[in-house]
Amino acid sequence: MTPALQGLLTIAIGVSGCVGYFYLSNQFIDKVLFPPRGPNAGRNINRANIIRPWLFLFPAMAVLGLYLAYPVVETLRLSLTERVPGGTYRWVGLDNYVQMAAEPKFWEAMRNNMLWLIVVPAMSTAFGLLVAQLTDRIRWGNFAKSLIFMPMAISFVGASVIWKLVYDSRPAEQDQIGILNALYIFFGGTDPQTWLTVPFWNSLFLMVVLIWIQTGFAMVILSAALRGIPEETIEAAILDGANPFQIFFKIKVPQIKTTILVVWTTITITVLKVFDIVFAMTNGQWETQVLANYMYDKLFRANDWGVGSASAMVIMLLVAPILVWNVRNARKEME
Amino acid sequence: MSDIAGTRPALRWVVHASVIFLVVLWVVPTLGLLISSFRTADQIATSGWWRSLFPSEQNLTLRSAAPETQVLENGIYVIEGQLFGDDQQATISKWGISSRDVGAFKPDQTAELRRGGTITVTADGDYRMENTEEFTGNRGPRIFVTAELPPEFTFDNYQKVLLDQSSTDSMGKAFFNTLTVTIPATIIPILVAAFAAYALAWMDFPGRALLIAAVVGLLVVPLQLALIPLLKFHLSIGIGKGYLGVWLAHTGFGMPLAIYLLRNYMAGLPRDLIENARVDGATEFQIFTKLILPLSFPALASFAIFQFLWTWNDLLVAKVFLIDATGQTTVMTNRIVELLGTRGGNWEILATAAFVSIFVPLVVFFAMQKYLVRGLLAGSVK
Repeated sequence: MTPALQGLLTIAIGVSGCVGYFYLSNQFIDKVLFPPRGPNAGRNINRANIIRPWLFLFPAMAVLGLYLAYPVVETLRLSLTERVPGGTYRWVGLDNYVQMAAEPKFWEAMRNNMLWLIVVPAMSTAFGLLVAQLTDRIRWGNFAKSLIFMPMAISFVGASVIWKLVYDSRPAEQDQIGILNALYIFFGGTDPQTWLTVPFWNSLFLMVVLIWIQTGFAMVILSAALRGIPEETIEAAILDGANPFQIFFKIKVPQIKTTILVVWTTITITVLKVFDIVFAMTNGQWETQVLANYMYDKLFRANDWGVGSASAMVIMLLVAPILVWNVRNARKEME
Repeated sequence: MSDIAGTRPALRWVVHASVIFLVVLWVVPTLGLLISSFRTADQIATSGWWRSLFPSEQNLTLRSAAPETQVLENGIYVIEGQLFGDDQQATISKWGISSRDVGAFKPDQTAELRRGGTITVTADGDYRMENTEEFTGNRGPRIFVTAELPPEFTFDNYQKVLLDQSSTDSMGKAFFNTLTVTIPATIIPILVAAFAAYALAWMDFPGRALLIAAVVGLLVVPLQLALIPLLKFHLSIGIGKGYLGVWLAHTGFGMPLAIYLLRNYMAGLPRDLIENARVDGATEFQIFTKLILPLSFPALASFAIFQFLWTWNDLLVAKVFLIDATGQTTVMTNRIVELLGTRGGNWEILATAAFVSIFVPLVVFFAMQKYLVRGLLAGSVK
């Protein structure tokens, strides 16, 4: 069977399976289990209404439990065990973590990740805010915004190819085909640089790719927040003689502080998971390793599930504060 | 009044200029790759893509027509022709007949050929060779020209990358594989999530708040944690690596966002509507399918776009759950990473392959931007 046919069949089976499940299970409790008639009609309706939410929830909860909740626990277990030949596991306590902490590559990944965590959310949010503010009142603002938003649709891999061409370098005697080197030479640089092999700076060049992608996201959210600011506060500030910069920094920014924080944390999570860009552009060479790629290396190249899982747990640990904060906010909002 | 920039012309000018600057900064990298995908390997390697928009001066080695095309005019053997072919609009600034001195002659000058006879080349590439004796040999002499060539673009790269089945650079198969991954992985989670979202939004049961909190929590769990446990699970129940596995994985990973987006939207629907339907005796199932689902279309569309973009652009999930050693099920993102490794310098292949994979999401993006923005605004935890 060709994959395309298999795909169509899966859609058909998946969709009809879902619809069938929901329809039949509802019919079952309404018609067979607790029919809303006869001597116990009232009691039956109540019972059916107690069960029904769980019928609606069951498939989603099963998928969530199996594909997201269970792996967290299982990864934690794997990170504390060691595979022994024969398909069994041996409890090793924190050995995997100790072994990982002894690896310079891990600390390189940690250092780089921290740098990513500071630079990318900060720059994306700053650029996003800048674009949102600048385009707010100009006529072609929406057009400009949609062009800056566009990289959101491009895959990390596609973006990597795009930026690899930007960073391309040719020997000094040839014409440069990478625009960065061409500009560098144009402005008086002598030797074309291989940007992606210069430690420290190369990490920044990789971050540029993610900033380029995430700015659009920040811009969209912040632009909506800026529009939501009550006009009166701004008018009052103008009457009091505030200049545009004061209005922006003292009136507007404080009012959208929470939104800025939300954007910041959302991008932070994306940064923690960033894998494709480093994988495609340098594969962690020249001191550009990050945690997600380190983990991939351990899991699928070194086949070391213990250390791989341990590094996955480190990512989880870094995400945890944001997770707690989000859950808290969501609960506060529902009350 | 609130148009602060408008009150000061200078500031307004600065605003426009900076927006233009930022837009250019954001578009130029993509533009570079797009333009490169329409250039030949030679063009890409010898000059920056930004030069391709303007006429460029190039050194070319061409050849005149073979002696067998010569005609006899008034006792003189003549070969006439056009160096660039018929549709070229090049302008020759200098030319030569020896590789040691490629710029020896100006247009309209006449050179003595080494094997006898003369040649005259005009600025637009017409040439005329004359000889009192017959031209011999089976190829015409080489002619070196320095010419100003107009911008030239080609579809050959796309032809090669998309249609050429024999080529190892072919993306055709990977394109269909990506499509096969994407469509079920977009449709199935929507359906499953919609029912759950309705229950979480409009049904009363103990533990509802806890479940919503759990969904919000799972929203940020890195999928990196799921790789090994799930791969182990798939291998143990016999799914192994393949489409079924990748569909299930994408369904699972997309589920929290789907439930979250749809629940938020459904919870915002007017209460009266649902209460009235209940009073009129509609079952929950009917309310959901006849009322909630059609009304929730914008939220469904938002999530569908997210999930589509994410599954289409994904590399990691496909690498772990789909692509096996045979490489028959490779997806486009993976092909591109492979090309980056093996064909790192072949920009014409890379650029074209990348654009083939970028093109579909871009179309979806520009066509449905409204829903994407709406989804983003609803999806970021307030």
